[in-house]
Amino acid sequence: MALVQNRGAARAQAFDFGEPAPWIVAVVLILLPLVSNGFFLSEIFGQTLILGVIALSLMFLAGYGGMVSLMQLTIAGVAGYMFALFGVSGSHNISLNWPWWLATPMALALATLFGTVGGALAVRTEGIYTIMITLAIGAAFYFFTNQNYALFNGHTGMNSIETPSFWGVDWRASLPFYYLTLLVAGACYFAVDYLGRAPFGLALQGVRDNPRRMAALGFHVNAHRIAAYAFAAFLAGLGGILQVWNYKQISPGSVSPDACINVLIIAVVGGVTRPVGPFIGAFIFVMLRTFALDFLREIGLDGNRFRLLIGVGFLVIVFWSPDGVIGLWERWRRSHAPARPQGGGGHG
Amino acid sequence: MTRFVERYPFWSLLLLIALAILLWLVFATWPPGLEQAIGRKKVFLNAVFNGITLGGLYFLVASGFTLIFGLMRNVNLAHGSLYLFGGYLGYTVSTATGSWLLAFVVAFVVVAAVGVLMQLLVFRYMEGQDLRQTMVTLGLSIVFADLMLWVFGGDFYQVATPAWLVGPMELPFVTAVKSTGETVYLSYPKVRLIIFAGSVVIGIAMWLALHRTRIGMIVRAGVDDRDILAAMGVRIQAVFVGVFAFGAGLAGVAGVVGGTFQSLAPGEDTRFLLDSLVVVILGGMGSIPGAALGAIIVGLSEQLGSVYIPSYAIVVTFLIMVLVLALRPQGLIAAR
Repeated sequence: MALVQNRGAARAQAFDFGEPAPWIVAVVLILLPLVSNGFFLSEIFGQTLILGVIALSLMFLAGYGGMVSLMQLTIAGVAGYMFALFGVSGSHNISLNWPWWLATPMALALATLFGTVGGALAVRTEGIYTIMITLAIGAAFYFFTNQNYALFNGHTGMNSIETPSFWGVDWRASLPFYYLTLLVAGACYFAVDYLGRAPFGLALQGVRDNPRRMAALGFHVNAHRIAAYAFAAFLAGLGGILQVWNYKQISPGSVSPDACINVLIIAVVGGVTRPVGPFIGAFIFVMLRTFALDFLREIGLDGNRFRLLIGVGFLVIVFWSPDGVIGLWERWRRSHAPARPQGGGGHG
Repeated sequence: MTRFVERYPFWSLLLLIALAILLWLVFATWPPGLEQAIGRKKVFLNAVFNGITLGGLYFLVASGFTLIFGLMRNVNLAHGSLYLFGGYLGYTVSTATGSWLLAFVVAFVVVAAVGVLMQLLVFRYMEGQDLRQTMVTLGLSIVFADLMLWVFGGDFYQVATPAWLVGPMELPFVTAVKSTGETVYLSYPKVRLIIFAGSVVIGIAMWLALHRTRIGMIVRAGVDDRDILAAMGVRIQAVFVGVFAFGAGLAGVAGVVGGTFQSLAPGEDTRFLLDSLVVVILGGMGSIPGAALGAIIVGLSEQLGSVYIPSYAIVVTFLIMVLVLALRPQGLIAAR
């Protein structure tokens, strides 16, 4: 990814337990339900975490693998559609009425398969072509869901999808759902963080920086890339399942090319050099989406111009801070903390 | 061609047989058994003609896209927006002045100017960073789409066909023979045929300009190695601006064509971007003949698919793309 290669490519760093910031964030996230109401929990923070997980899968591919895939949301959509197809939904003639604990792994497996096959296609060409092929896959899936009624119920999509409820807990109620999402998002975050430092992740970063040298060293370049696609597809699938549990419905609109591009915007705005970037990007995106209407009215503009705001913001980030918000923050920290020894072991 | 036949005798034979079957289907009077099996010949012929004329439209959009990509390595994801912008412009001009041809001129000039601005104000500053350029085109496409939604709203628009092009045209293709022995010929909208002829002319003119003129030679050299070209004293920035303007202008013209053929609405930009992507992936990036071949394949598979397997039509196009990527990732007619 040229974007990354220019300034400090994604380098996986060991989790620094001496840093106070991550602990504060963790405590805030866990204690959040004490101070916020249901709307904020599910619409702001739940959405942030779900979109963050989907964008995290893109961060893994783009940051560590150098492959910018625009089909991560499509994979999430496949997981959602498959859950609706195998599980219980309002479209009785389509859904197979499997219980949720059977439909979920099935949907995840199929979404992972979809992402892996898509990835295997995308790695057959070089660099910039990836973005075109994955966008074509994403757009084709969108048009397919629109015109197919046998499996995807066409334009209407699938409604009133049944969500899991067990151990006496309705997992879609805002409090349990928030903790469930937090748990999944946390697990995904640490999985990506760990994998970035594991041999596989290091080899993947080698493939990103110099595929020919890695091939000469005996690494199977394309196998690493496809494996990265498979892992990323699994993450995106998890995000898709959570999304469909949250909304209880899925329609072609949820997998539209615009939505696919949103995921890229989230990842780029947050920064693809570190796993935390996508979550920051998702938070900014969700806040903008929710409050842009009021904000735009406040400054005297038409409230419907949300996408204009997003587009301009994205352009600004691409122009001035290719590493996203993370890059801005790191630049700020570097310029304000010159006394901190480089490469030191943190605090004593 | 002969080299291709020598290298792949099996595929050549298969292609030849497919072509022969297609020609027979188009020209022969269908026996009743066939009509019972797959429907009337008129439906089939109409789908084939729709596919080929739609292919002409796709070629207009995709040739600019592939030219820009081939020379500048810039995947212009705002190409669909340029198409839609050209269409809206054409609609505005043709309703204001009543002149269909003037719409083409205005769409070409204005959209080409937008292309020049994009190259001069944005892409010149990030040369060689293809991914960053692509991101910028993505951002621009979002901004353009929203601006157009702001101005034109979510309604459908259609560019009015001029009076001298309205109506059907009888073609020398037999669709059926009546019981009285009278033969029925295919009648087809005149405007689509004229537009298709126009896009063929543009395609041939582009090929000639690329292969028979000095400017074409410079552009082809730039596709092969732009650094050496710049080192030889060619003002490469001027070439970039020219090619970007021409490619964008073609997208604008295609917008007017699309507005006459079909309709203009938000979302059409994405549709035509997808079609351009598939066309150049099929044909090979940076190749004009490749774009022509890819456009015809996509147009035909889309139309035939939507007639015979309506709920899986897009899958046919997509499967063809998968097949090409699997067997020949550089595209059917690769430029390099």
